[in-house]
Amino acid sequence: MGKLQLFPESASTFAPDVDHLTIFLLLVSIFFTVVIFAAIFIFAIKYRRRSEQELPRMVHTGLALEIAWSVIPFGLTMVMFTWGASIIFKESRPPNNAMQIYVVGKQWMWKVQHMEGRREINELHVPLGRAVKLTMTSEDVIHSFYMPSMRVKMDVVPGRYGEMWFEPTKTGTFHLFCAEYCGTKHSGMIGSIYVMEPQDYQNWLSGGAAQDSMAQRGERLFQDLACSNCHKSDATGRCPNLVGLFGKKIQLSDGRTITADEAYIRESILQPTAKIAAGYQPIMPTFQGLVTEEGVLQLIEYIKSIGPKPSVGAAPEDSNSAGSTPRDR
Amino acid sequence: MITAAAQEREHYLNASYGLKSWLLTKDHKRIGLLYLMTVTLFFFLGGAFATLIRIELLTPQGDLVSSDTYNKLFTMHGVAMVFFFLIPSIPATLGNFFLPMMIGARDLAFPRINLLSWYLLVIGGLFSLAAMLAGGVDTGWTFYTPLSTSYSNTWVILTALGIFIAGFSSILTGLNFIVTVHRMRAPGMTWFRLPLFVWANYATSLIQVLGTPVLAVTIVLLFCERVFHIGIFDPKLGGDPVLFQHMFWFYSHPAVYIMILPAMGVISELVSTFSRKPVFGYGFVAFSSVAIAVLGFLVWGHHLFVSTQSVYAGMVFSFLSYFVAIPSAIKVFNWTATLYKGSISFATPMLYAFGFIGLFTIGGLTGLFVACLGFDVHVHDTYFVVAHFHYIMVGGTIMAYLGGIHYWWPKMTGRMYPEGWAKLSALVIFLGFNLTFFPQFILGYVGMPRRYHVYPEEFQVLHVLSTAGASVLAVGYLMPMVYLIWSLRYGAVAGANPWGASGLEWQVSSPPPKHNFEETPVVTTDAYDYSKVMGEVIEVG
Repeated sequence: MGKLQLFPESASTFAPDVDHLTIFLLLVSIFFTVVIFAAIFIFAIKYRRRSEQELPRMVHTGLALEIAWSVIPFGLTMVMFTWGASIIFKESRPPNNAMQIYVVGKQWMWKVQHMEGRREINELHVPLGRAVKLTMTSEDVIHSFYMPSMRVKMDVVPGRYGEMWFEPTKTGTFHLFCAEYCGTKHSGMIGSIYVMEPQDYQNWLSGGAAQDSMAQRGERLFQDLACSNCHKSDATGRCPNLVGLFGKKIQLSDGRTITADEAYIRESILQPTAKIAAGYQPIMPTFQGLVTEEGVLQLIEYIKSIGPKPSVGAAPEDSNSAGSTPRDR
Repeated sequence: MITAAAQEREHYLNASYGLKSWLLTKDHKRIGLLYLMTVTLFFFLGGAFATLIRIELLTPQGDLVSSDTYNKLFTMHGVAMVFFFLIPSIPATLGNFFLPMMIGARDLAFPRINLLSWYLLVIGGLFSLAAMLAGGVDTGWTFYTPLSTSYSNTWVILTALGIFIAGFSSILTGLNFIVTVHRMRAPGMTWFRLPLFVWANYATSLIQVLGTPVLAVTIVLLFCERVFHIGIFDPKLGGDPVLFQHMFWFYSHPAVYIMILPAMGVISELVSTFSRKPVFGYGFVAFSSVAIAVLGFLVWGHHLFVSTQSVYAGMVFSFLSYFVAIPSAIKVFNWTATLYKGSISFATPMLYAFGFIGLFTIGGLTGLFVACLGFDVHVHDTYFVVAHFHYIMVGGTIMAYLGGIHYWWPKMTGRMYPEGWAKLSALVIFLGFNLTFFPQFILGYVGMPRRYHVYPEEFQVLHVLSTAGASVLAVGYLMPMVYLIWSLRYGAVAGANPWGASGLEWQVSSPPPKHNFEETPVVTTDAYDYSKVMGEVIEVG
C-alpha cells in the first residue's frame, strides 16, 4: 500500500495560487461548520426536553438576524467568486512568449507534437521555468488533459481546439490523467509530465532520429494533398494566397469579418464551405478523412510559418525571457 | 399483535384486499406505499452496484472485474440511484402520502394521473432494468456525447428510453402537486399556514414540470443521432458535443434541487416537531425554497468550467452559483435557530435531522469550493466532486428520507419502530457515511480522477478507508430494512399522534381512514402551533 498523501505536489506557478485559495475556502468552511455544529450541540443539550408537558414560548423572527446571516455569507462568497475568477482569468491568457506544444487525444492515448518535430505518446517533456501553451483536440470522444501537480485541466473536445498553459517550477516526473470519462480504458489514458532543466530539454528535443519540424511536415503535406495547386503564393491561384494569412482579418463572402486562427484554418480544411473568403468560389473539396488531426496541426504550423510573423495564438520569438532557450523554427 | 380495536376500525389498509385493490388503487396513500416499495428496490440495486465498485477500489489494480464491467457498474449505480431512487424518493413516497393530508385534502387533485405516474416509473424502471440485465450500459449516468451516440456499443437507447419514460412520471407528479396545493387546501389553510414540507414540494414540482421536458428533448436528440445518425452532437456528423452538456445540465442541475428541496422540507417538519416550536423565520424558509427552484435554473454552466466554454461564461455561472448558495444557508441557520429555547427531543427522526444538517452543511460548503473557478479547474471530474455530491445526495437526501420514514412510519402503518435499534442505525449511518466520503475530498484534491477502474498506488490508503466506511454504511442501511418490516407485525401500536406534532396528518387516526378526514378540517392557526395539540403544559424558554 502506498504512503498516505494529503496534499498534492506543487509544480507550477498556478499551484500556490490555487492552494492559497483552497486555504481561504477551508478556513471559511471550518468557521461555519464549527459555529453550526457547536450551536446545534449546545442548544440540543441545554434545551433538551425534560418533561413531556413542556411547551416553549414563541420566539419571534428577528429580521435583523435574517439579514445578517444572508448578507455576511453573501459577502464572503463574493470574495470567493472574485478570487476564483481572477485565477481562471490568468489561466486563460497564455503569455506571448509561451512555448507552443500540440496535443491530440484519442481512445486511449495522448499524442504530443513539439514544434521542432519531436513526437511522443503518453509523455510530455517540458523545460523548467518556461511557460508552455498546449493546443489540444481529440480524434474521437471528449477527453480532459489533467495535471494535478500543475493544478490545471482542460477538456480535449473533438471538432475544436482547447487551450491551456502552465509554467513548471519544479523538475521531476508528474502525473498526467485523462479526467473526462472516455470509455473502456479511461483509467489507462494516463501518462507522465517530465519537467527538465532547459539544457536537458534541449538535448532531449534534439535526441532520437533526425526529424523534420512540424512546419516542414506541414509543407510536405501541403504538397502531397495538392493544396499548392490552387493556393499559390503569388495570388495567381483559384484560391486565397496563404502567405501571411495567419492572424489576419478575413472578409467573408457573407459580409462577416473573422480572424484567421487555428480553428478557422482547421474548419476550412475539413469543412471548406462553412466560411468562404470574399471573392472566391466554394470549389474546395473537404479533406475530412484524408488528413489526421495531427496532419491538420502540421498544416496550421506550415501556414503560420509562411509570411510575416503571426500575432494571434502562436509564439513570436522571445522578447523578454532571458533565461529561456532558443528554438529553431 | 393487532388489538381488537384496531382490527375493527376501517382504515386505508384494510378498506379492501387483494392485488387488484392495490394495482388499481386511486388512494394517494396506497400509491405512496407502491412508490416506497419501488424506490426501495432501486435503492438496494444501486447499493449493490456501489458495493462492487467499493470492493474493486480496495486495490489499485483492476482485479475484481474488467474495465468494461467497472464502467457499467458506476453507470448503472448512477442511473438507478438518480433517476429511480433519489428523484422519486421523497416527493413520490412521503409527498404522495402526506402532502394531501397536510393541507386537509382527501386526495391529490388527479388520483388517476397519480396512479399513472407510478406505472410510468415502473415501466421506465423495467426498461432500464432490462438494459442492465441485457448487458448494461457504460457511458456514465451523464451520457456525454459523442461517446454515448457514436462510440459506446452498450444498451444506451434502452436505458435512455427508461429514463425518458420515468421523466413523465416526474412531470405528472409535479403537475398533480401544483394543482393540489392551489385548489385543494382546506378552509383556512392559507399559503402562509402551509407546513414547510408543502412549500418545499411545491417548489420541487415547479422544477419537475419545467425542467424534465428539457431532459426528454435531450434524450430524443440523442436517440436521433445514435439511431438515425443525424448530426447534432458528434462533430464528425457536423454536431457540437458541448451542446449536449448544456442541455443535459439544464435539467440535471435543477434535478439536484428536485432531490434536495423535499429533503429540506422534511427537515423543517422534524426540527419543528422535535423542538416543539415553529420553524424560526418561517417566511424566509418558505421563500428560500422557491428561490432555490428559480435560481437553480440559472447555474447549469458551472458543470462546464473546463469544457472549453468561454471563460466569461464561466464567470457568469460561477457568480450565479453563489446566489443559489444563500437560500440554502438561510435554511441551515433558521433550523439551528429553531432549536434555541426549544424543548428538544432526541427521538430517532431528530437524530436523522441533526445528521442531515451536519452533512448538508459540509456538502453545501464544499459546493462553494467547486463553484469557485480557480479551485474547480483543479478538482473538476475528481473524487472531490464525487464526495461533494454524495454529501448532498446521500448525506442530505437519504438522511432526510430515512428521518421522514421514521417520523411518519407510525402514521403510515399504525406501528412504532423499535427506538433503540433505530437510534443505533442513525448513528451507524452517520459514522459510516463520513468514513466513506470524507476521504474522497482529500483523494480529489490530491488528484484522483473519478470513474477510474485502475489508479496509482499512492491513492490506496484513502480508498481503503472509503471502502471500510462503505461496509459500515451498508450495515446501517440494512438495519432499518429489517426492523421496519419487523415492526409491521411486532411494533407497539402507535396512537394518532405519538410525537405531539401539530400537522393535520396527525389529527386523524393511525393508519389514516380511507378518505383521510371524516370531516373537512377547518384551519384557524398558523403551522406549528403546538398549544392546540397539548393538554396541560409547562411553559419553558
